[in-house]
Order: sequence, then structure tokens, then C-alpha cells
Amino acid sequence: MLRVEHLTVKFPSRFGDVTAVEDMSLSIAPGEIHGLVGESGAGKSTVGAAIIGLLQQPGYIANGDLMLGDTDLRALDRFEAHALRGKRISMIFQDPQTSLNPLMKIEDQLVETILAHEDIPSNDAKKRAIDLLEEMGIEDAASRMQAYPHQFSGGMRQRVVIALALCTNPELIIADEPTTALDVAVQSQVLDLIRRLADIRKVGFILITHDIGVIAQIADTVTVMRYGKLIESGATAQVLGHPKHAYTKQLMDAVPPLDRKITRFRVPEEDDGLAASGPGKGDAAEAWLLEGVRQQAVGLSLQNITVEFPGTRTSIWHKPKPFVALDDISFDVQPGSVMGIVGESGSGKSTLAKTLTGLITPSSGGMTLGGSPLPGGKTRSRHHPSRQLIQMVFQDPFSSLNSRHRIGTILAEPLWLYGLVNDSDERRDLCIDMLSLVGMDPDAIDKYPHQFSGGQRQRIAVARALLARPTILICDEPTSALDVSIQAQLLNLLKDLQAAFGLTVLFISHNLSVVRQMADDIVVLRNGRIQEKGASEQVFETPEADYTKKLLSLTPVMPHDWSL
Amino acid sequence: MLAFIKRHEGLWLFTRSPFVMLAAIVAVAIILGAVFAPWIALVNPYDLASFSLMDGLLPPVWEEFGNEKFLLGTDDQGRDMISSILYGARLSLIIGISAMTIATFLGVGLGLVAGYFGGRFDAVIMRIADIQLALPAILTALLIDGIARGILPPDMQQNLRVTVLIVAIALSLWVNFARTARASTFVQMNKEYVQAAVMQGQHPLRVMFVHILPNILGPLLVIMTVDLASAILLEATLSFLGIGLPADSPSLGTLIRIGMQFLLSGEWWILWIPTLFLVALVVSINVLGDFLRDVFNPRLR
Repeated sequence: MLRVEHLTVKFPSRFGDVTAVEDMSLSIAPGEIHGLVGESGAGKSTVGAAIIGLLQQPGYIANGDLMLGDTDLRALDRFEAHALRGKRISMIFQDPQTSLNPLMKIEDQLVETILAHEDIPSNDAKKRAIDLLEEMGIEDAASRMQAYPHQFSGGMRQRVVIALALCTNPELIIADEPTTALDVAVQSQVLDLIRRLADIRKVGFILITHDIGVIAQIADTVTVMRYGKLIESGATAQVLGHPKHAYTKQLMDAVPPLDRKITRFRVPEEDDGLAASGPGKGDAAEAWLLEGVRQQAVGLSLQNITVEFPGTRTSIWHKPKPFVALDDISFDVQPGSVMGIVGESGSGKSTLAKTLTGLITPSSGGMTLGGSPLPGGKTRSRHHPSRQLIQMVFQDPFSSLNSRHRIGTILAEPLWLYGLVNDSDERRDLCIDMLSLVGMDPDAIDKYPHQFSGGQRQRIAVARALLARPTILICDEPTSALDVSIQAQLLNLLKDLQAAFGLTVLFISHNLSVVRQMADDIVVLRNGRIQEKGASEQVFETPEADYTKKLLSLTPVMPHDWSL
Repeated sequence: MLAFIKRHEGLWLFTRSPFVMLAAIVAVAIILGAVFAPWIALVNPYDLASFSLMDGLLPPVWEEFGNEKFLLGTDDQGRDMISSILYGARLSLIIGISAMTIATFLGVGLGLVAGYFGGRFDAVIMRIADIQLALPAILTALLIDGIARGILPPDMQQNLRVTVLIVAIALSLWVNFARTARASTFVQMNKEYVQAAVMQGQHPLRVMFVHILPNILGPLLVIMTVDLASAILLEATLSFLGIGLPADSPSLGTLIRIGMQFLLSGEWWILWIPTLFLVALVVSINVLGDFLRDVFNPRLR
């Protein structure tokens, strides 16, 4: 149905034309779900945009054929292309929050779209809209249609978006990361829906995603891309189960498995010009760290911590009901172990991290650090020893480093702040050595954060945390912004450092497979309450709480053996 | 050279927008002329001995009776228009830049504090800002002028006219800075690098000025440029209305006020030339401000 041959897309820039996609070919049959995988910058979304004719200005198609049935997509003028978009090809975007107009009722958005492409009475259009929503699994569609987008939850909203894409009976739907912004439970429903539409309605899907688990679960065929080029293409089981190309193998090795714990990811260490953290490099930093940390590993414990945020005031007379972000949380982290905190968005994971680091004041409960009480929030003074002992690696590598400071300045900050090293030359030498320890080039010291990729920045963030000589390291979703191969490298690094320095680590993530690779013990959070806690292997193998079982069963897994 | 320009996006955009380049040339020429006025100008308008009543009311050189010595003509006192304008621009720029600088320090300082601490600090500072916004600049200037007259001995008052103007203009401009600084600080407060610094236990002043301030300079720089133009205009307005500088030390606004008397009697150049000059200065500064806004905010492009 769709045939793309030798597609090349270029973007003119002030340095000359940049080739975003080169010599890309793929074809899709009706009812086929074609997965397009690759890491960020691979050109996946550009392929989708080129097909639907929405390439970002000033990009242009330099070469290739795009055929939809008998229509040559490249030969269409602006108006024909506009008529075809929506009618024959639709698109589902990543973020259901922003792809619906917040000021229009769902009904109006659906009816408007249908009427734009078909000349039918508006009552018929309305009826079709209701049928569609019901098909998408929205109950009581006739009345729900009168609602505005904000009155739907994220998953429901994504269903509306899919209904919107379907309402003109397109032949092809391009779904660009359709489930990335959703929690696992909702993700699995949306994926089921997509599979069903492909089977029943014979709609062809291009499913663009970085999540190989999603592809493994529903795609019939898959294309792996890298740097704008096609690496490997074919049936899903064949490409993912028996990869031929070295890059596909690497990619598969880097995917954390949910069903077992592996000690180390197999990753090529010399990737992306990163200096290997081999012997001889970072020795001084290692010695310096050991000297500080060796005293002993320190445990952490929480007793009945509750965090409340003030609610929205609805009346002048009554105090608003507070929003409870964390409800009666108690657990102990053993010295030198890795505690995994798992939960979906809104479960209070990040609030927990902020409470431990003193950014949020708990409304009741207590914390102890290595046996001595740890004051919370505003009662913790700036000079409290825990400021040094607890360090954190943040989620977003693009905002966690001050973009106006050089790496050297950023790294040296904890050293002088805590009075660890008072001579500026010594500080610089130590920072350089620490960069080697986390696998970075020593040149990095005089550069600015924007000169590095996400994975490299995250390494710098780890180096900054280590330079405070912490005993406790809190990692809040440290890999969620990273590509899977970079994630594997960073997880390896964290494992190495944890083992070498006996750090106590609190590893927070929504990704069960990642947590399984890291954690010794685990706490499962939901809506601010602990659902289950226990040794990691036990929770994964024989989960007790229903919620944990549900989470585990819904997370997309890679099959053990691929039937061809 | 070309490679250097290409590497810096701002410079690259600059070389591709002729209108902005023209504005930059006009602004730089005016600023240089004002700075070097004592060396360039034909006569010193403050020095009664340097000009003669005999040269009074000469039209520009291209008109009938024009004199090559006075390219843009003279006023009723016989002062060369070019010289008056250069000296006037000098005063206007001194007042504008000083007022803008004071407003920047005051506004950015208060805005950062309000944004960083939030709560009561924020409420008090921003309510004061609201009150300030409700007072027209002229009223503020009159108020300060009145207070200065009341407190200071008469012989000091003349010398203090410039200071009074600067303070009055600064007071009516600081709100812009405070609001922008506060809003940008709010945005930065949610960034993880700020949380990291707070978490490490760094001093609040260090977090504000070493971490947050460099990251909010972009929008502030834009406001500085645009507000410099407003400050110059405000000064011109105040002087035009007679609250500003007296006729013996003319700024651009004073020159325009003097010129008003000749508008209907045929000596148009005495009004029009300083007015056009003021417009050219303010427009070019505003164009540069808009350009900076584009450079610092890629989303608008």
C-alpha cells in the first residue's frame, strides 16, 4: 500500500545541507504494523514527517519515491497534499495533552475533522463520531463527547486522538511515539487498540518508537535506523530475535530484560568517543574517594513519612483539604545496598527523593541517616553534614547542569563548598581524574554543558555527585531521558561505582526492567502509598500485591525464543 | 572571519538583516557623536562666549540664506543646531543610561529575591511594583522634584536637576526588570541545577547571583535595550513639559520644547531637526532590542 524507495531528506543550514535521512526504503501492506526503531537523532520522525508531507521548514526531500497506492506523494501540490492528509494518511502524536485543542469540545473536534473531508450532513458525522469513540473503548460516548479534553485522563485522551486520526477512514496512520507519555497500564491498552484496528480495519500503521519492548509486542515488521540510514529491516521476530547487523545486536544487548537480572550489559566501551574507564585512568580520584568513603557504608531509614501539599482553596471559610503526596512511608535501606523505588507517574517517587534531600518538608514522620536523626526540609540547616553525605543524580541531564558554567566550575563546587580540597590546582587535577573515572575525556573540563550529549552530561552529573564524597547516592530516573545503549553504559557505570565505593544507592525509576538490573531491595509505590516492599528478586519472581502483579504483566517483554 | 561569524548564531543573523545593521550604525554614530561632542561640536551651547546673536535663526544650508558654517542652521540665540543636538544627545544619553542602570540593579535585585524566596517577600515586592505601575512617570518625577525642592537649599537645586530626573525615571522603569527577573527566576527555580545547588546547601545569595542570574541575562538584556529607549523618551517628555532640564543646559527634550515656539513662525528646523534626531535614536535602539529578543528567544523565529 505504502511504498517508500530511496528516500533522502536534507535540511539546509548555515553550514550547508545536512542529510537527515539517506536512502531509506520501506513498504507497508494494509493491516500491517511497521515498527520504526532507532535512537534519538536516527531520523525516525523525519521519515514519518516526509511521508505525511509535514517536513519541518526548511527541510526538503532531495531524492526518492513515495507512493501511496497509485498516488505519487511527491507529485502532489500543496492543496492536493492538504486534502490527502487526514483523508488517507493520519498521524498520532506523542503527547495527548497538546494534540487536542483544549478550548473545543471533543465532539466539535471530531465532527469538524469529518466534515472537512467529507460532504455529509452534520448529524451523520456526529453519529460516526459516537460510534468511533465507542469503538475506541470510551463508554457512554454520546455524553462524554460533550466534555473538553482536560476532563479526560491521559489514556482516554490518547484514545480520542486515535479516534480523531481514524474518523476519515485513512489507509495509513503514522504513530509517533504514541505511548511514550503514558503509564504502562494505559500503554498496554492503547497498544491493544492499535493492534485491533490493524487487524479489523486493515489500517496500516507506522509505529515510530525508541522502545523496543513495544515493537516486540505488536509490530509485524520492523526497520532499524541509525544516523538517518536503514540498518536492518524485516519481520519483527527475525530482526529482533536473530539480528544480522552488528548495530541491531548491540541494541538488543542493551535492552534491560524484565525476567532476569544480568550483572553487566554488553556494550562496546569505545562508543561515541568516550574514553574507556580502564585501568590507569581515574586512579587518583578512586583513591581519593575510597579514602573518604571507606569509613563505612551508611544506611538510611524512614519512619512514617507523610508529605502533604496545600490543596486548592475552594471556599473562603474552610481550609482546603491537603493533597497527600506521600502517605505513611516507612522503609530501611541497608548500608551499601541498592534500594529500588518503583512507581508510575504521580506515585510520589520524586517527592520522596526531594524529601530525603531536604527540598521538601514532610508534615510528619522521621528520617535517620546512619542512626542519627535527619531533620527534614526547612529544619535542615545549610551546614548539616547530610548536605554532603546525600548526593543526587537528576532525571533531566539538560537542566541539571548550569549551562552558563564550565564543567570545571560545576565539578569543583562541592569540593570547596564542603572544604574537601582547598587548593584550586589540586581541585582541578582531581576533577580531571574524576572525569576519567566516569569515562569522560579530560578535555571536558574547560567545555560548557551544551557541548555534550545527554549520556555524557549524565556522566558529568554522576562525577559532580561523587566529588562531594557522598555515602548515599539518590538517582531519580537517571536514564529515562537517555537512549537504550547509553542507558546500558550508564547503568554499568553506576554498578561499577556502587561496587567499588560501597555506596548506598536509592534508585528511582518507572521502568521495572531497569530497576530489576540495579536493585537489591525494592519498594513499589502507588499514589503515595507503599504497595509492596521486599528483596528485589522476590518481588519480581513472586509478587504479592495485586498492583505489582498487574505492573509486571503489563510491561512489554522481549520473548525468550522467537518463533520465526 | 566568515567561519567565526557562522559559529555565532547572533552574529550570523546580524549579517543577514540589513535593517538591523542600519539601526546599529545609526545608534553607534549617535552615541559616538554624543561622547565626543566637546571635540566635534562647532560651538559649546553652554558657553555664552562661543556663539553670537548675530548668527541667530539661520536656516539649514540647503535653504535660502543658509550658511555653510552652520549646516543645519541655528536657533534664535545663534547656537549651531548640530552642536546643540550633540550636547543634547549627550545629556539625554547620560540620563537615560544612568536611569536604566539604576533601574536594572534595583529591579533585578528585587525580582530575584521575590522569585527565589516567594511567599511574603514576593507578595510585598510585587504589590509595591503594582503601586509603582499605577503612578505615571511624570507624577513620580514631580513628586521627587517637589521633595528635592523642599529638602535641599536653593543653590543645590539647580545642580541636582539631572539627579532628580535620573531617580524619577529609574523609579518608573524598575518594575519591568523586577517582573521579568521574577518570572525568569520562577522558571529557573524548577530546573534541576538550581535544586542541586540548594540541596548541596549553597548560600541563597550564591544560588541567586552565581547560578540563576547568568541564566536569565538574555531576557534582561532585551529589556535593558528597550528600556534605554523608554528612558530617553521619558526624559524628553519630562523636559518638554518643563519638569526636566532648564533651557541653559538643553537635552533633546528641552531643544524640542524651545523649537515649539518657532513652529508657526517659519523657523521649522529648530523643532524638526532635534525631533527627527530623537526619533532616529529611539527607533534604532528599539530595533536593536527587538533583534536581541529574536536572538535570545529562538522560538519566535
